[in-house]
Parts: sequence; structure tokens; C-alpha cells
Amino acid sequence: MESFSFTIIIPVILFVSFLVIGLAGGKMKPIISGIIGTITLFFTTLLSYITAYLYFFDFGKLNNVYQKIIPFNIEWLRFTDSLIIKMGILLDPISVMMLVVITTVSLMVHIYSIGYMKGEKGFSRYFAFLSLFTFSMIGLVIATNIFQTYVFWELVGASSYLLIGYYFEKPSAVAASKKAFIVTRFADLGFLIGILILSNITGTFDFILLTDPNGVAISQGSSIIFVGLSSMSCALFLIFIGCAGKSAMFPLHIWLPDAMEGPTPVSALIHAATMVVAGVYLVARLFPMYALSAPAVLEFIGYVGAFTSLFAAIIACTQTDIKRILAFSTISQIGFMLVALGVSKYGSENSLGFTSSMFHLFTHSMFKALLFLGAGSIIHAVHSNDMKDMGGLKKYLPVTHITFLIACLAIAGIPPFSGFFSKDEILVAAFENNFALFIIQYIVAGLTAFYMFRLYFSVFWNKNAEYKSQPHESPKSMLLPLIFLAIASAVTGFIPFSKFITSDGISFDSHIHWSVAIPTIAIALAGIFTAMYFYKKDSERLSGANSNSIYKIIYNKFYIDEVYLFITKKIIFNLISVPIAWFDKKIIDNTMNGIASLTNFISDKIKSFQSGQLQQYAYVMVSGMIVILLLALYLFNQ
Amino acid sequence: MEQIIFLILSVIIIVFSVLTVTSRKILRAAVYLLFVLIGSAGLFFMLNFNFLAAVQLTVYAGGIIVLIIFSIMLTSQLNDKLESAGLKKSVFSLIAVSAGAIICLSVIMNYNFPKASGLQPDSSMRNIGLQLLGYKENGYVLPFEVISILLLASMVGSIIIARREKVK
Amino acid sequence: MLAEIKLEYFLIVSTIVFFTGIYGFLTRKNLITMLMSTELILNSVNINFVVFNKYLYPENLQGQFFALFIIAIAATEVAVAIAIIISLYRRIKTIDVENVTEMKY
Repeated sequence: MESFSFTIIIPVILFVSFLVIGLAGGKMKPIISGIIGTITLFFTTLLSYITAYLYFFDFGKLNNVYQKIIPFNIEWLRFTDSLIIKMGILLDPISVMMLVVITTVSLMVHIYSIGYMKGEKGFSRYFAFLSLFTFSMIGLVIATNIFQTYVFWELVGASSYLLIGYYFEKPSAVAASKKAFIVTRFADLGFLIGILILSNITGTFDFILLTDPNGVAISQGSSIIFVGLSSMSCALFLIFIGCAGKSAMFPLHIWLPDAMEGPTPVSALIHAATMVVAGVYLVARLFPMYALSAPAVLEFIGYVGAFTSLFAAIIACTQTDIKRILAFSTISQIGFMLVALGVSKYGSENSLGFTSSMFHLFTHSMFKALLFLGAGSIIHAVHSNDMKDMGGLKKYLPVTHITFLIACLAIAGIPPFSGFFSKDEILVAAFENNFALFIIQYIVAGLTAFYMFRLYFSVFWNKNAEYKSQPHESPKSMLLPLIFLAIASAVTGFIPFSKFITSDGISFDSHIHWSVAIPTIAIALAGIFTAMYFYKKDSERLSGANSNSIYKIIYNKFYIDEVYLFITKKIIFNLISVPIAWFDKKIIDNTMNGIASLTNFISDKIKSFQSGQLQQYAYVMVSGMIVILLLALYLFNQ
Repeated sequence: MEQIIFLILSVIIIVFSVLTVTSRKILRAAVYLLFVLIGSAGLFFMLNFNFLAAVQLTVYAGGIIVLIIFSIMLTSQLNDKLESAGLKKSVFSLIAVSAGAIICLSVIMNYNFPKASGLQPDSSMRNIGLQLLGYKENGYVLPFEVISILLLASMVGSIIIARREKVK
Repeated sequence: MLAEIKLEYFLIVSTIVFFTGIYGFLTRKNLITMLMSTELILNSVNINFVVFNKYLYPENLQGQFFALFIIAIAATEVAVAIAIIISLYRRIKTIDVENVTEMKY
């Protein structure tokens, strides 16, 4: 049995690359930083593929069950004998899959960025942060215990902050990065409390011990009741709040559309393919606990996911900024993944939801990254983000056009592209377990097709907009990732995912349920044709000419941002921060000032002792001597 | 007989010392000091310390008082009337001084001084001279030499300090 | 010869002179009169030494020699003090002790 200890190289080499580019990047030519980053990613991708091959095909299985393998687990902090925090690598079907996803998308983004970010100042800084982000994300997915997950969770948040605020001279970018960090940090408070409760009940942080279905942890927690839920449910619910923050579920979704202020390849990497799926990944990682100890929370997760995906899909139908549409689409698709997890049960046959959620994560990362990189290519050509400035681009950007079309077909769920397979399995799982969620997701599938093709037709067909300079196709460094990802979006649907990734490691066979698939394809085609009818020809519908109030509300994203601003500014600042600031300024500062002026006052009064008058000194001396004399006489005579 | 002389001498000393510190004219204060010193020399004569009394008269009364009078003249204050000290200062000093005096006097009166043995020392000039330069037991050659160096240093020092600034 | 005059009487005299000298030092404004008060103090100490020598230790002459040295030192000190006073007078044209306050805070 070969050991997987070579996997330690993957995070280490990324961290070293971050240090090298970060520290020495200013002194080298910028292109060297790009090359170092890309070569590092190339190696890590290669190592991930080797790990995946070895795990899934050669060594991972024991008695037909995929094992969780731990090549490394070193003790990092030891608080007491029972509270030990370790850092290590855990290889299990979902972590190996995530390794493949993260490194592939990151490699594509690196290659793309060499072309896209050419000429930007801060080029080295960009690649350093990209390496840091990839390192943190990989650290998150291979974590062996929940505390390590938390550490890397925060690191991912910090890297995301650094990358969103990359154009730090723009105030909107700075505001967006702050918003992202604060919202996710706020959600992480729930996460931390959940971790503390969980480890207090079960006595361990380690994933293998926690998620063992026959183990102590799962059976233990259901005893104590708090607010009508068992304490285990409370802990898992709080952990889910952390996931909701990171994965942009309602009402913590507000940071993701604003995070589009970062450079487009960053959006592709972080906000489409990797960071936002961290929440889904964590729920999947703790899935046995959710399914067996807190099924009510799991159902709640399903409903949250469904509501969010519907909500985001409706908003996406009215937006005009390309990247915002894609951001809302991401929120919607993550909602799909959470719905799939929500309807799933534990145990291989019943866990179609689990498998399909992970499958959708895999395919979504490919085609969403492709969509973002394609959008970057369009923006690069047209120098504007807004759909109103674009049109008829299919004759100027042929490669981008074809790859974008493939991605749109994939996300809409048209066979034989990958999105069809994954979405179909989700809908089957929903159909079998919770009909209401199935209906909602069915409608969302139709809306997805509609708004994606609205985007496609407005950009590539529609009218011939007047361009100041002729839009030109992107350079080869930007086209190569597009082509690779397009091939991936087309082909990966045929991977028999259920053989590899299930909730308990035992593979099962899944097949297409045509009774669900055909209506899905039908509604997708309906969406496409509606979009074609409205947007293919020259039309003014894009500008929101029918601005009745419903349209306005949806266009303004249901005014959720304004509600948040109101709460923070009027309520929290005025009622809480202002009194505290008053207290600090008036009372605490004045106390310090008072002590200082008291000292001044006393010294002012005492300084007349040093008058320079000889006779006064002599007088004091004589008096002192007399006093001492008196004391000596009376004390020594006792 | 002795007692009468002692009484006269002590009255002279005390009265003139009080006058010294309270006189308004500076030259008169110097003269009163002279009388105090002469009275003190008389006390020494009475105690049969002749050499010391002679030295007191020569150095103290003759040298130092003359020096003081010279300095009074050099700082041209002969005819100025000295101001008396402020009320607050004199009252406070009076309180402190009288307190000290009372304490010391009470200690002195209450202490039993041991009786002396009555041996007479040899206080002739020859003996004193031998003892001053003697280096055996009861010899004072070391303080003698030190004092001579001190006198030299003070001579040089006072000349330098009081030198008139060179006009450039 | 001196059996009739008790030791304490001499000591009373010297104590009074001593404290008078201190009173003069604390009260007088003129630097020269302060110097004269210092002479009073030194003189009273001389009397003390001599008297103790005569009454308590009459077999040796230590008191007398000490008084001799005190006289010498007093002379020294007066010389230097006068020099300083003259130098000060040249500078600030007055020898009022309340004007010499350069060591004030």
C-alpha cells in the first residue's frame, strides 16, 4: 500500500510560492512572478491528478468502501491532555475531488491572468495573493479536524479580502472588500460558537471521529435539549450559519455581487469555483452528523437553499452588468447544491442528493469559471461591463463566442453537456424526497436558462453597437484556458460520479431518470426560446423601458442592501457605537487628563520648595534637625 | 571672685551677640562681634588656656574682624541702614531657635556629667609646640600639615575669585 | 579653682550664643551679617570644646588643639566667603541674599 505522503508537497509548495513571490516580487520583472506562480500551480495540478488517480482507481478502496486516509497529522497546539489541535491532511472522496477542482481552476486562472493582468502595476502582488488563496483553499479541503478548517476558513476570507480590494485606489473596491470580509466574519462568529458547542458535546475536533456513523459523537449529542432543539442541532445550525455566510445564502448574500469589483480572473477563481463552495463542502464534510443527528437542520438547509436560488434567479433576470448577472447565477447554483444536500439521507442508495450535490459542484466550477473568464475576455475587448454597450460580438470574438455558448448550454442543462447530468440528478433527488423543493428548483432551472441566454443573445447577437475601437479577440494566453474549460464542461458530464463519491464511500449505480429529465429539458428550451424571442433581434427591452414598480424593486435587488445599511447606520451606530464612543472620549480620556492635570497642580504647589533662597533652605534644615533631635530624645528614652 | 569674672564675661558675650544679630547698622554689628570675641578670649584665659586665647585674639579678633570691615567698605555699605527682617521670617526663626534652645538646655541640665580626676595638664608653650609637631601618641602633625595646605588653597582661591575681570 | 563654676553654666552660655548665631543666619538679609552670625556659631563651638576638655578630660589637651584648628578653618572660610561676596557685588551691585536666587526652579 503506497503511502500518500507526497501530498504534503501540494500545500507546502503553494505556500513557498506565496512567500517567494510576495517577498521577492518587487525586485524581479513582473512576468517572472507570473511564471513562478503558474509553474507552481502546474506542479500542484499534476500532483492532484496523480493523487486522484491513485486514490480513486488504485488504493483508495478497501472492501469496496472508499477509506479516509490520513497521510499526516501533526500536533500543533496542546492545551490540555484532552484539547489538542492538530494539523494534517485527510484524503477522502470529496477532498480529493476538491483538490482536482481547485488546482485545475486555479491553473486556468493563472494562465489567463498572465494575459489579462498584463501591464497592471501590482502584477506580482496579484500572483502572490493568488498563491496564498490557493494554499488556503487547499488547506481548508484537506483539513483533518474542524479547527484546522476554521483556521483555513479565515485565511481564505483574508485572501479574498486582499484580492477583492486589489484595485485599492478605487473606493468602491475598498468598500466591497470590507463588506465581504465583515459579512463573512460575522457569519464566522456563528461558526466558531458552533465549533465550540460541538467539541464540547463530543469531546473531539477530529472529522473521522465526529462523522463516524457508528461512533460516539453522533449518538451522543441528541440528549440535551435547548430551545426545542437538541444541542447537537444547535451546534450544527450555528455551523451552517458560517457556511451560509461563506456561500452567500440569503440574507448573507449581499457581499457577492459587490465582490465583482475585483479583477475578473479573481471572480472566476474565488467567487465562482472555489471559495463560495466552501460552505457546501463543509456541510458535505459533516454530512453524517447532519443526516443522522440533526435532520431538522438539514431540511432547513434545503429550504434556505431553495429560497435563495429562486431569489437570486429573479434578480438576475433584470441586471445589466455582466458580472453581476454571473454573481447572482452563482448564488442561485449554490442554492441548488444546498437543496440537493438538504433532501439527501445517509446511506448510499438514498444519498443521491449528496452525490448529485458534489457532482454539481464539480461541473459548476468548470462552466462558471469558463463563464467568468469569457466575460473577462468580453470586457477586455469592449472595455465596459454593461450589457447596454455590447452587441453583435460574435463576429469579432469567435473563440470566446463558442466557448461562452458551450458554458451557457451547460448551465441551462441541455444534454450532452455536463450541467444537464448534474442538474438532472439533483432534480431526481428532490423529486423523490420533497416535492415542494422539486417544484421550486424546476422553476429556477427554467429561469436559469432564461437569464443566461438573455445575457448570451444580448452580447453576441442583438444589435451592432457602435464601438469606439474595433473589439479584438483576446491573446492566446487568455484563450487557452477558455478552450480547456469548454472541453471540461462538455465532457465531464459523462463521469459516473456515483461510483466515486457517495456519503458513505460505497458506490452505487445511477442512471438518468427520463421521467424527470424530459420536463427539465423542456423548460430549459422554453427559457432559451423566450430569451431568443426577446433579445436576439434589435430590441429595446434591455434598457428596462417598462419600468413599472415591480421591475424597479427587482432591479434594486429587493432593496436588501438598503435595509442592511439602515440597520447598521441608524440602529447600530447611533444606538450602540455613539454612546460607547462618548463614554470613551468623555469619561476615560478625561480621567487620564484629570490625573495629568492633578499632577501638574500638585507639582506647581510643591515647586516653591526650590526657591533658591538660602535662608529658606537653612530654616528647613534647622527645623528638620530639631525635629530629629526631638524624635531621638523621646524614642530613645522609651 | 572667679564667679564674678565669669558672670561679667558671660553677660558681655550674650548681650553683644544678641546685639550683633539685631543691629541696624552694619559697622556696629562688626564691632559688637569684636567684643564677643574678646569676651570669649577672656573665658579662655580664665580656663588657663593661654595659647588658645592668644591665638583667638590674634587671628579671630585681629584678622577676621578686620577682614570683615574691609569687605564692608569695599561693598560701600558703611552708611546704609540695614532693613530689618520681615515679621514672618523673624517669628518663624524665633520659634525654631527657641525650640532648639529649650531642648538643648533641658538635655544639658538633666545630664549627669562625670566628675573629673583633677590632673593638670602641662599647657606651656613649649609643650604645645612639641605636641603640634609630634607624631607619636597625641601628636597633631597630620592635621597641622593639612591645615597648612588648606590655608594655601584658600589663599589662592580667594585671590582668583576676587580678581577683577580683565577688560578686553 | 574652677570647682565653684559648674560645667553647666559654661554650656548654657555657649548654647545661647549658638542659637543666637542661628537666628542671625536665618534672619539677616545682608550677606556679610550672615557671615558674622556664622562666626558666632563657630565661636560657641570653640567654647564648648575647651570647656569639655577642662572639665571632663583634664589630662590631655585635645580640646585646645581642636579649637585651634577650628579657628584656622574659620579664617579660611571667611577669606573665601569674602572673596565670593566681593565678586558677587561686582556682578549685581548688591549683596542682598534674596537676590541671589539662580538655583530657583
